[in-house]
Parts: sequence; structure tokens; C-alpha cells
Amino acid sequence: MNRLLITPIVRGVPRSSILNRVLRLALPVCVLSVLLLYPLAHMAAAAFKGAAGEFSLGPATRMLGSPLFLRALLHTFEIAATATILCLLLGLALAVLFNLAPFRGVQVLGRVVDTYLAFPSFLIALSLTFLYGNAGLVTALFARLFGADPHAASFLYGFWGVVLAEVTFYTPFVLRPLLAGFQSLDPAQIEMASSLGEKPWGVLRRIVLPALLPALLAGGSLCLLLTINEFGIMLVMGAKNVITLPVLIYSEAVQQFDYSGASVIALGNAMLSFGLFALYRTSLTGLSAGLAR
Amino acid sequence: MTDASPVALTRTASGAELIGGAGGAAPVAVTPRIALEGVSVRYHGALALDSINLAVAPGEVVVLLGPSGSGKSTILRAIAGFLTPSQGRISLAGRDVTDLPPHARGVGMVVQNYALFPHLRVAENVGFGLRARRRPVADITERVAACLDMVGMGRFADRLPRELSGGQQQRVAIARALAIDPPVLLLDEPLSALDAPLRAGLLEEIRALHARLPDLVIVYVTHDQNEAIALGDRILLMRDGRIAAEGTPRALHDTPPHRYAAEFFGQANLLPVQLDACDAELAIVTLEGQRLTVRAPAWHASDDRALGARPLLCLRPHAITLNATGLNRIEARILATHWMGAVNRIEAAIGPHRLRIDVPGSTTPPAPGSVVTIGFEPDQACLVADL
Repeated sequence: MNRLLITPIVRGVPRSSILNRVLRLALPVCVLSVLLLYPLAHMAAAAFKGAAGEFSLGPATRMLGSPLFLRALLHTFEIAATATILCLLLGLALAVLFNLAPFRGVQVLGRVVDTYLAFPSFLIALSLTFLYGNAGLVTALFARLFGADPHAASFLYGFWGVVLAEVTFYTPFVLRPLLAGFQSLDPAQIEMASSLGEKPWGVLRRIVLPALLPALLAGGSLCLLLTINEFGIMLVMGAKNVITLPVLIYSEAVQQFDYSGASVIALGNAMLSFGLFALYRTSLTGLSAGLAR
Repeated sequence: MTDASPVALTRTASGAELIGGAGGAAPVAVTPRIALEGVSVRYHGALALDSINLAVAPGEVVVLLGPSGSGKSTILRAIAGFLTPSQGRISLAGRDVTDLPPHARGVGMVVQNYALFPHLRVAENVGFGLRARRRPVADITERVAACLDMVGMGRFADRLPRELSGGQQQRVAIARALAIDPPVLLLDEPLSALDAPLRAGLLEEIRALHARLPDLVIVYVTHDQNEAIALGDRILLMRDGRIAAEGTPRALHDTPPHRYAAEFFGQANLLPVQLDACDAELAIVTLEGQRLTVRAPAWHASDDRALGARPLLCLRPHAITLNATGLNRIEARILATHWMGAVNRIEAAIGPHRLRIDVPGSTTPPAPGSVVTIGFEPDQACLVADL
């Protein structure tokens, strides 16, 4: 940087201009360092710190080899993958319905989807407990109609309950890029495919799905990223048998006071999130290219 | 489904004329390749097509001409099955297809923006319809190669659509539509996205293509009268969802039935005249006190009430001569002249009425402000209704 500062002219750029650029870059770098990089570095340091404060791989090997962590990792992936697949299927079905079989009020429905994105996830979980929880309306109705035991644990507090809540909340996150993807699809292509003799299912498979591939990747990777990191729904549902990585981090840090162990899991979780975010950004670039075409 | 009854068509040397039209030849009973019977289409309650009747004979090229919103593309989309008529029936080769979806109709279609499938290569685009029909791979390969050769695109089979120019993409779109061997080819403003020289070249190629496939019916939508004249055996001039006029390009050009047709089809001078007398062949009219002899209007023979009305004298700019000595002469004042290469365009006035005159570009036009005697042959002018 000093070399830059003392060089009077670089390829015709005046010295004051270079100084301005460096100063403009320095401010966001400082802010980012304080707000993001420092906590991350601190977390990484905590993950590799022994009992006496020395560098140690002990906490990492202990935590990564524990059955608790492996079970949490498995649950996280199971729930995230199942929810993502169901979100993609439901989002695709809704997007196709909105675009290829439009009905009166479809625009209002689009606005509702937009509004839905503004809700916090735990509200969805809370609303589902009012319906399907042990004291929920639907649970009580089933108990009255079919004589089911109202005190038996509802499915809501298990794997499928968490998946239901996540699918309910995250489907709009998939639907949005899919609706944008439809905008890049020329309706004349669908018409031409039909006039060439392709039946509706064939048009969907051979024309619509290839055009929506970047949107499916973008929506899917975003959904996977968010469901892997989902914490609010898990907390409100209180599904004791379904421990995921974010819940385990919370449990280790707040309940067990094991900051080293929590940092190890958090570091792994962060790397996973960065990877998925990179996939999401790449897919989004593809979607933008499709829209621009 | 019901079978459409055969319709009597009068054939001419250039192909099928109007149903029951005066072509000179004896009418023959032919089942039309396309038949629309009282077809109406509504968009959100508004009438986009109003009781359209149309029969297209095998091998005929019909051009739907008209301004935007006149309903010409709506007819095409109704034939293709993208729109369901609110009223009336549509038949293809005698088969009622009104309630059939597009994929069951078997028509080829080309649209303005080509609508090629961007993720498929040229050969895959052309073979798309054949794959949808589950044809054997060997047949598909052979047919795709033949169709691409037909439009001169054989060398580009492995390209993606985005790697082609606009004209090349349009050729591929035509090959794709023809690959399924359709009896009917629907072309919806296929050249309007191309620049003028390319348009002229592709128009010539479409004509050559039709010469090679003489049984193919082409319905061509355009708002360009030059394309209509160059390609059409018959032109339907559309207005507000109805067929305002129809006939051969020559008939519509020389004897337009009304003001709308005369103005849309060629830039005609339309001058209000007094109709004094009329028989089966000639009519006498008065323009600014000068009596002129013109061709009798076709509509007059069956409607005596038109006598004494104020029809319009339709006079094409190129039909007017300067310093005339013939039967029809009238004085005009020269307002301005513009040299346009092949022609000199002269702006002139007869009393309060302005008109355009085209004379060869190689001649010297009269000076602005001068008064000249202009004239025209009786068979070069006609009377049109002021509609």
C-alpha cells in the first residue's frame, strides 16, 4: 500500500485518485472486520483452544467424533434435504399453476407470497401448534371424531412436524425465483412446442423445466441453506428427539457452557453455509443471464 | 366431431380464388384445407373476431393483412388452437378441430420472434416435433437433415440458437415447422423482426419453398402490403375483427371496395366526386366542375341508390400523367416536388383537394406554383365507397 501511495503517477492516474480509492476501500474493510471477521476469527480460535488456552485439536476431535454431533448432523441433513425437496416440488407446482393455468386472483396470491417472506419463521411454527399441537384444534377434532388419545404426542413434535413447518415457511423462498424464471421463458416457446405435437407433460419436461433449471438451483440452494441453519422453528416446536446443528450449538454454548465445542460445530456450520451460498449465487447468476436473454 | 361439407372453390391459374368467385373457370368441389364457419373470439368480453367465414383451398397462400389489433393474428391463433372460439367451428381438411388442443391439430407455425428452444441445438429444435411423435431416430435424423437443407441451414445443425443471426433463426423456425410435414403452415409476421434486405431475401425463399411444396397451405399474417402482394394468392384485409375486404392482390389494388382498403392497400389519392351517371362498365363523375370518365364501381350494378351519392375517386399516384391530352383532363396546381430516386413525387392540388403524383425520376418535374394539366386513363381509376 505504501508503494502505491508514494508512486506519483500509475498509468496516468493521479496520486490523489489512488489515495481516494484506498480511503474508500479502507472504511468498509474496517467495518467488516469489526462486525464479521473478528467474531468469526474469535470463534475459530475458540474451536482450537485447549483447557490452558493453548492451540489444541482436542475440542474439535472430541466434538466431531461424539454421537451427539453425528446424530445432529444427520438430522440436520435429513430435515433440510426433505424440506428442500418438498419445497421444490410444491413451489414448482404452484409456479406452474400460477403461470400456465392462471386464475382470477393470481396476482393477489402473488402479493400474499411476498408478504409471507416478511414473517419470522417461529410464527409459522407457533401457528402450526395451534392447529396440530397437543392442544391444537385439528388434534382435538380428530380426537372427537375418531376417538384418538388427545394426550398422545402429536406428529408435530417429531421429524415430520419440523419438516411441515419448514415446508410451510420456506416454499415461498423457492416460489419467488421460479416465478422470476417463468418471466424469462417466452410463452411462444410453449405454444410452439404444443403446435409441434408435444403434449402438456412433455412441454413441461422438455421446455419448461430446462428453462427453470437456474431458478430451481437458486431456490433449492437458498432453501437448503436456510433450512440447515433454521433455529426459530426448532425452538418453538421443542422437538426433543430432533436435534439439529443450530440447536446443538445453542445447547452446548448456553446450557452446557462448552464454548469450545459450540465453536467447533459453529465453524463447520459456517463453512457449510458459505458453500451453499456460493452455489446459490452461481445459480442466481444463471437465472439473471436467462432473464437478460 | 363433425365433417365439414365440401365448399365450391373457383380455381384460377395462380391457385384457388374466392369461393364461388368470378374466375372464369368452372367451379370445382374441393374440401378446403382450412374452413372457418362463423368464428368469433372474445378476449375478456371484448369481441376480437366477429363471425369470420373463411375457406382455404389446398396449395393456396392466403395473406391476412391489417393494422395491429385488427384480428389477423387472432385468426391464426384460433386455427392453431391457442384460442378457443366463443362461437363457430374450425375444420382442417374436413376434420372439425374446434375442441382439439394444439398438439392434436398437426399444423406448423412460425412466429415473429422465432421462439426457438434456447437449450436445444438447431438439429434438436428441428427434430422436436418428430421426437414428440415418437418417430424412429434414423427417420428423425434423415428428416432433420432434409429440412435444414431445404432452408439452407445444413451447416449449422450443431449450433445453439443464440449463435445464429436473426435471419438464420427464422430459417430454422421454418424448418422446424415443416419437419412434421404439416398440411398447413401458419406464419405470424415472420419477417417483421428482420431488416429490409434480409426480409426481401427471406420472402423470396418462402415463395421458392412453396413452389417446392405446392400442396402446402400457407396462411401468412403481416401488416406490410408489399409482403402481401409478393406472397398472397388471396389477401384478406382485416379491420376491427372482421374481414373488411378480400380478393387477389391485383383486384384489391386496382379496385378497392372502400376508402379503408384503398388507403391501406397502396397510397391512393381519394378525391370526393359527384356521381352523375353510371352503366355496367363506365361511370361519369364531376370533380371541381370537370366531368371525368372512370371505371364503374362493382357495387353500383346491384345498388341504384348509390347514384347521386358522393363516392370517392381512387387514383393511384403512378396512374396520373402530366400535360395530358386524353379523355380525362383536369388542371392541378403544383405545390412541391421531391426527387426520391426512381420517382419524382409531386404534391399537387385540384381546388381544395391535395393529391400525390409519381412520375419517373429521370424526368424534370414542373416547378412549384405552376399549373399543369394532369390526366389518367378511365381504366386506371375507380370509384370507392366512403367507408
